[in-house]
Amino acid sequence: MAKILMTGNAAIAEAAIRAGCRCYFGYPITPQNELTEYMAAHLSRREGCAFIQAESEISAVNMVYGASVAGARAMTSSSSPGISLKQEGISYLAACQLPSVIVNMSRGGPGLGSISASQSDYFQSTRGGGHGDYRTIVLAPASVQELADLTRRAFELADKYLIPVIILGDGMLGQMMEPVEFKHEAPSALPVRAGALRGAKGRHSRFVRTFTSNPAELEEVNWSLFRRYQLIQKQEASCENYLTEDAALVVTAFGIAARIAKGAIKQARALGLRVGMFRPVTLWPFPSEQLKELSKRAKYFLDFEMNMGQMIDDVRLALEGGGDVSFYGRPGGVIPNPTEVLRVITRVYHQKGLNQ
Amino acid sequence: MKKIFSRPRSLKKAVFHYCPGCGHSIIHRITCEVIDELGIQDRAIGVPPPGCSVFAYYYFDVDMVESAHGRGAAVATGIKRAHPESVVFTYQGDGDLAAIGTAETLHAANRGENITAIFINNAVYGMTGGQMAPTTLLGMKTTTSPFGREDKYEGHPIKMSEILAQVNGACYIERTAVNSPANIRKTQKAITRAFRNQIEGLGYSLVEILSPCPTNWKMSPVEAWQWIDDVMSKEFPLGLIKDTTGRGDAH
Repeated sequence: MAKILMTGNAAIAEAAIRAGCRCYFGYPITPQNELTEYMAAHLSRREGCAFIQAESEISAVNMVYGASVAGARAMTSSSSPGISLKQEGISYLAACQLPSVIVNMSRGGPGLGSISASQSDYFQSTRGGGHGDYRTIVLAPASVQELADLTRRAFELADKYLIPVIILGDGMLGQMMEPVEFKHEAPSALPVRAGALRGAKGRHSRFVRTFTSNPAELEEVNWSLFRRYQLIQKQEASCENYLTEDAALVVTAFGIAARIAKGAIKQARALGLRVGMFRPVTLWPFPSEQLKELSKRAKYFLDFEMNMGQMIDDVRLALEGGGDVSFYGRPGGVIPNPTEVLRVITRVYHQKGLNQ
Repeated sequence: MKKIFSRPRSLKKAVFHYCPGCGHSIIHRITCEVIDELGIQDRAIGVPPPGCSVFAYYYFDVDMVESAHGRGAAVATGIKRAHPESVVFTYQGDGDLAAIGTAETLHAANRGENITAIFINNAVYGMTGGQMAPTTLLGMKTTTSPFGREDKYEGHPIKMSEILAQVNGACYIERTAVNSPANIRKTQKAITRAFRNQIEGLGYSLVEILSPCPTNWKMSPVEAWQWIDDVMSKEFPLGLIKDTTGRGDAH
């Protein structure tokens, strides 16, 4: 299929439909509305599909819960304040091991914050987010093409590991237009997931629940969840290395910040500075092994995020003291341009004596 | 010997954990009888709430999924939309449906979601130990209205059935009670109608059931039954509240 020009939000929606998503539940919030609108146009009158503009983000995520328990590929999307409201439902989805995809086109916070792109939901996304001991897989695309590709991947991972998957984008990725290619056609029908509740026909009745009055039983559930999380950490951590082979200074950045950093690194290379970039594609599981490996040849790191420093905790944990980590952050929905990032790269490069 | 009374097929062989005189066990049983009668055990999916009836899935022999507090109508919506051949019912208390889940309930009704709600109104939060509910009567003492509910401080008991009757998508609303054999039979009839409406695709149906909670009302089961007649049903009058199904078999 030829490339077409699309906003990131619409590309996610189209990719989801092509991944077999038949149930979408949303609630308006900027800057992700194009996604909900695309789903309304494509799912709301189609046989065998469901689109609901819910009365709240809480309702929307609980509709996802219902659709997923009935075996459908289901998705919801929102932006930061709305994602906070969804956390109750995400905790239940994690507890019941229900595959589901939640898109966060994040914006500045805390509170109502701003509607401009920000990365301040890193902690919320990678530490579970809601109550209880759980994790979600978190994917962080950095282009419209990657939004489309990772949306498909999100549904596959959700089904494979029976886990909610978060796509952590931001307002800029969601609203910018880029050429995108969809490599898969929408399936006519997906097989119903084993274990789905469809009525006890030809089998005993089943129930899906989270509550137990026996702590030992819940402990078993927690252990079994964490065994699966360990497997995910072993198998699914992924990253992009950009010009890191000879790099004296490695910029660590995710999502749109990595895109900006790439521009700065190109300029730095033109100035003769040996700078590269390590970009986690999965924020959870964080590609710690890959970063640790990289630290065998690079000692200096500059973590750049559009927040006050959240992923930097994972960078430091991965390095286990084995690297020198500087930080540059721009919170509040401010989007720095590559020249501003270049200025910081150059300063750190010289301060650390890497030009000698 | 002819067998004239037995456990419904869709009721599991289990001992109810409910307190003596509690309405839940009666409502569970008659709902299961309705499920049997309509032949929908293999299509039914129940959505029980947190609260005393959180373990409803130990009793109902149909597929069930626990809902977060108040979210039953949204969960049921997701199930029904994803799998329209199913017969989906929520089982919700007054705190669940009339406080924390007000928005989910009202909007599911407004969309005319083709689901059935069984709404147990016992005027208290039972499982948490008898706190004030949105349906607690004026003057009633609970652990969080220790001076008796007073409108000036705690507001009025909310009448969800009357509110929901204003919503176009709701096709059938009836309030019943389980405090006498006659009322239990009426309740069972109402539940039957609420399920039949769904099977026929008519929209949102709700049966509100005034149900005794002797433990938290600090009454004997007999006193609790009497109190529903003497006091509670004065605030929450029994009977048909709305019926747009045009079937004319209401009682």
